[in-house]
Amino acid sequence: MSGAEIFLRSLDAEGVEVVFGHPGGAVIKIYDEMARIKPKFKHVLVRHEQGGAHAAEGYAKATGKVGTVLVTSGPGATNTVTGIADAYMDSVPIVVFTGQVPTQLIGNDAFQECDTIGITRSITKHSFLVRDVRDLAPAVKKAYYIARTGRPGPVVVDLPKDVLLAETEFEYPKEVNLRGYRFKDKGDDAKIQRAAAMIAEANKPLFYVGGGAVNSNAADVLTRIARKARIPVTTTLHGLGAFPENDELSVGMLGMHGTWYANMAVQNSDLLIAVGARFDDRVTGKLESWAPHAKIIHIDIDPSSISKNVYVDCAIVGDVLDALTRLEPFVEACNTGEWLEQVQAWKEECPLIYDQGDGRLRAQYVLERLRHHTQGEAIVVTDVGQHQMWAAQYFQFLHARTHITSGGLGTMGFCFPAAMGAAFGMPDKTVVSISGDGGFIMNAQELCVAAAHGLPIKVVIINNNFLGMVRQWQELFHEERFSHTDLSDTNPDFVKLAEAHHCVGLRAETPDEVDEIIRKAWAVTDRPAVMEFRVTKEEMVFPMVPAGASTNEMITKRLTPDAFV
Amino acid sequence: MSEHDTLTPQQILRKKAQGEPIGPGERAHRHRHIIAVLLENSIGALNRVINLFSARGFNLESVTVGETDEPSVSRMTIVTTGEGRIIAQVNRQLDRLVDILEVVDLTSEEYVERELCLLKVTYNSDNRVELLDTLKIFNGKVVDITTDTMTFELAGPTKKINAFIGMMKRYGIEEIARSGRVAMKRALLFGD
Repeated sequence: MSGAEIFLRSLDAEGVEVVFGHPGGAVIKIYDEMARIKPKFKHVLVRHEQGGAHAAEGYAKATGKVGTVLVTSGPGATNTVTGIADAYMDSVPIVVFTGQVPTQLIGNDAFQECDTIGITRSITKHSFLVRDVRDLAPAVKKAYYIARTGRPGPVVVDLPKDVLLAETEFEYPKEVNLRGYRFKDKGDDAKIQRAAAMIAEANKPLFYVGGGAVNSNAADVLTRIARKARIPVTTTLHGLGAFPENDELSVGMLGMHGTWYANMAVQNSDLLIAVGARFDDRVTGKLESWAPHAKIIHIDIDPSSISKNVYVDCAIVGDVLDALTRLEPFVEACNTGEWLEQVQAWKEECPLIYDQGDGRLRAQYVLERLRHHTQGEAIVVTDVGQHQMWAAQYFQFLHARTHITSGGLGTMGFCFPAAMGAAFGMPDKTVVSISGDGGFIMNAQELCVAAAHGLPIKVVIINNNFLGMVRQWQELFHEERFSHTDLSDTNPDFVKLAEAHHCVGLRAETPDEVDEIIRKAWAVTDRPAVMEFRVTKEEMVFPMVPAGASTNEMITKRLTPDAFV
Repeated sequence: MSEHDTLTPQQILRKKAQGEPIGPGERAHRHRHIIAVLLENSIGALNRVINLFSARGFNLESVTVGETDEPSVSRMTIVTTGEGRIIAQVNRQLDRLVDILEVVDLTSEEYVERELCLLKVTYNSDNRVELLDTLKIFNGKVVDITTDTMTFELAGPTKKINAFIGMMKRYGIEEIARSGRVAMKRALLFGD
């Protein structure tokens, strides 16, 4: 059997459902065998390899399974680099198979050659260069195992053309033998007991929940513990959905664009229970003044995340689901009545607000109407920028894996292909893709792919004809020099663009039109419906902690510190 | 040195903000660290280790790699200078790499270290005896000789090599090749 066929049969043996790929010279044998043997998985021909990588991420985040990408050598491989880096930063399990020139040509500057393993080394959890066809099936098995276990992440498997042409017997390994690969999935009992004691003693405890809780499917047990112990919950951008935001214990997102009351809760808490979170600079702001009164419990599978920035009093290194499940029986109802009253008072003192009623269309209003329309049941995928923060603030996320975004790397252009990947993975769910005008254009080519597959994705473009988040920083911190952020001359007609890509195109320019085009878009069932909302450009994301400032110095609409007037 | 011996960035910033002194044991001192790594003898494993250090801006003073008694396992000895906390964190990041079997920071342990040095020096009939006497004191060997140059081989702790090179300077050193350090934890058979 040829290496190419072994590769395809290995993917089937691994249970792969969908592969996002693009053919080329180095992988032509794989595509040839694909036509011949017709593997069980669905192959989706993307129109740019970066779109393929983000689609695999969207699939992985929505389903909890490993996403798969197949591209050719050289430019095929380098085009996936942004997606791989994104997956590495956000701990997303994907496996990227890249073609490579024949082994005897490696290093000879052959046509479409690049050192894929070298280029991706610092942005992969692990990588394989398969030099012998007998190593191919074991490499596939190991790649999926490494991608999904421990702290998940991207794995690259580089496949030289001669290996794909070589013949050997096919046997898919049953077990993985990786002696150097260890991860601690069971936290120490003593630490769990200690955490339970710290929770029992706390007067102002607060859960600080990150993407690790979603990755390990710990949302249900987390919710039970928080409700049983009466502990309020704040989440990071990637933690959204791990705890239902319509619960009175939820204080929404924390950090740079988190709610004022979430940040107040952090600053006044005496015990932070960090669950699958990593104390990122967008969460802490000015490190020295962050959470000044809190002792910290940190539950995380990655030992190198512990005490990286902030001293941790009780570290539970292990799988979040396992740790919380074992913690649950030891947690009793805490005496948090006064603390919850205080948190409630903060919520009332400074809720999320924006100007409305003047007839101008604002992004926040669009997002509120979308929330109303979806009732927390859709998968919402966002890009990077103002709309991303507004979506995080104004949608109420109720379920894990219903909020997908590019957090760590902050990749513009992530959204639509990721939404497409989510739609392939979760065909029974409504998938809403929300981008700005700047980011949408960066991977708009994938619209045709979604249309060809009849995916009824609801595509929202929040168009303010500006790179809005950069504009906001220019206005606040760079004396309103709007250097190269005005997109009005270079933006396309998004309705025509949608139609040219075989999608439905809709546009709203006033608040009155919003509900109507949402209704029209939801009535489309056989292709993506693109909704362009032309919103005001001056709107800014508040609250905001300026970069490097302390969370006490938050700019809110109502509570503007003197320094920023 | 564990990471809890020194303060986290947050603790240091807080103390500074409040004008509190940072104790000598709490301060992040830059020290030389000798790190022994057991890793898969496979393509790219070495690069991943080096990458982790270079990505954090560490200069590696020396790196040695060689097979162990088990041919599929290599042993690396890395010498670098940095703050204990950061090195400890890099070591944990090393430890989570798939190709890494074991990471030990030998600096806080009892260890033996050796380095090999080849040194070519010019000589004449006036200083030949003196040179060879010095070499004998250092337990070195002559491994090559011509009418006007001699090449010495010397093994020992890095300090000894440095001292020997210092002694040789006045004779006119033609060339030096040093292996970098190899190090191993002491077995401490008679220790307490």
